[in-house]
Amino acid sequence: MAQKVAITGNEAVALAMKQINPDVVAAYPITPQTEIVQIFSTYVNNGLIDTEFVTVESEHSAMSATVGAASAGARAMTATSANGLALMWEIVYIAASNRLPIVMPVVNRALSGPINIHCDHSDAMGARDSGWIQLWSENTQEAYDNMIQAVRLAENPNVQLPVMVCMDGFIISHAMENAEVLPDEVVREFIGDYTPQKTLLDKENPVTAGPLAFTDSYFEFKRAQAEAMIQAKPYVLEVAREYAKVSGREYGLFETYKLEDAEVGIVVLGSTAGTAKNVVDKLRGQGFKAGLLKPRVFRPFPAEELATALGHLKALAVMDRADSFNAFSGPLFAEITAAMYDSGAQTKIVNYIYGLGGRDVGLGDIEKVYGHLARIAESGKVDQRLNYLGVRE
Amino acid sequence: MTAKGWRDTVPGGWIKEAGNALEYKTGSWRSIGPVFIPENCINCLFCWAFCPDDAIMVKDGKMVGVNYDYCKGCGICARECPAKNKALVMGEEG
Repeated sequence: MAQKVAITGNEAVALAMKQINPDVVAAYPITPQTEIVQIFSTYVNNGLIDTEFVTVESEHSAMSATVGAASAGARAMTATSANGLALMWEIVYIAASNRLPIVMPVVNRALSGPINIHCDHSDAMGARDSGWIQLWSENTQEAYDNMIQAVRLAENPNVQLPVMVCMDGFIISHAMENAEVLPDEVVREFIGDYTPQKTLLDKENPVTAGPLAFTDSYFEFKRAQAEAMIQAKPYVLEVAREYAKVSGREYGLFETYKLEDAEVGIVVLGSTAGTAKNVVDKLRGQGFKAGLLKPRVFRPFPAEELATALGHLKALAVMDRADSFNAFSGPLFAEITAAMYDSGAQTKIVNYIYGLGGRDVGLGDIEKVYGHLARIAESGKVDQRLNYLGVRE
Repeated sequence: MTAKGWRDTVPGGWIKEAGNALEYKTGSWRSIGPVFIPENCINCLFCWAFCPDDAIMVKDGKMVGVNYDYCKGCGICARECPAKNKALVMGEEG
């Protein structure tokens, strides 16, 4: 029987990791991810699970040890945030290019500087081109569900890619919410026994991992890696369908909220989508056709599906909790806009950078965005493409 | 080695055949190399022990020559050769 519990995001992720019982976890604590590692280590210490828990001296070592364990054929995990992810950088790319099915919760936090421990998406957005699958979560329930699905997805023989499970620092990681957790045996049966596709420890079949590839072959390996991501999309949906059978909760590439008949809409990742849904309800009550789309899968980027879901809108705001500092837009805007252009949609699109360094985003802020969209829908003109929401002028 | 298309690569670049570094002939990196003078050789096998690759050929416990497919011309063998008249000298070999 599934159980309803009051639980924080970090507790839920640590619980998911306990239920997954990975062979190896190598991790280093960093706010706001620390609790995941701390709670998980108590499970290990109390003998509730038999994971080999490696307390490394840095995140570079955490990812290196995880890559080593995964190469050996272990089900291996780590967890991090912000500057910790930045310190892992070199090995993050190697995990993906070596096709290692590692699962890593990323508790989203602002990258320095100035130094800041609160939520934004600059950490995971920075890693958007690292070759990892990225699943984003709106709340504790989704973080828990994404963790369990991530294992099946990463380990699928046709996928064999590492997966980041992203959830907003503090807003999700430290806030207590109601969530439904599955019994241990349901999770174990869902993820199944891990049969690695490759292992360094089979002396009958010796292999080399991570060799050199120069001008004559590097490009072919990267093209093959690109194909793995291109082909991953249906498996995201397959795992979601299987998960719905055991959990009753359905997941897709993204979630739409009152979008089908909407005239204006917002695209937003993570916990802010929850806030925005309340605003949509309020505006709908006033007869204003507002809608919302919350991406779940940012990598692989579901361009065609997004364009199909959004193409009927008169005006759209893409909200980015990270800035690209490219004098143009945030990262989500750039990709959504590219997808829309390709589809021939006539939607007017603006970008809102919001919530950097944990700046609170309230109902009134989101209402302002919808107000801007209403003006654009009426005039048919984008007055200002790049906007900063909630910053003091 | 025949050039494979990307569809034929092993996912993640894993190498499944053991010892296939032999197929990667690194001797072309060499600009000058050791020339073997058999009549000076005392078969101490210092060259074999010091060679950082595997380019000194030994048969029946005796030094028989340099494998130029892998010799990169570092010159360590020539420097370490203890024979009064050196059996390995660096030169413009083939």
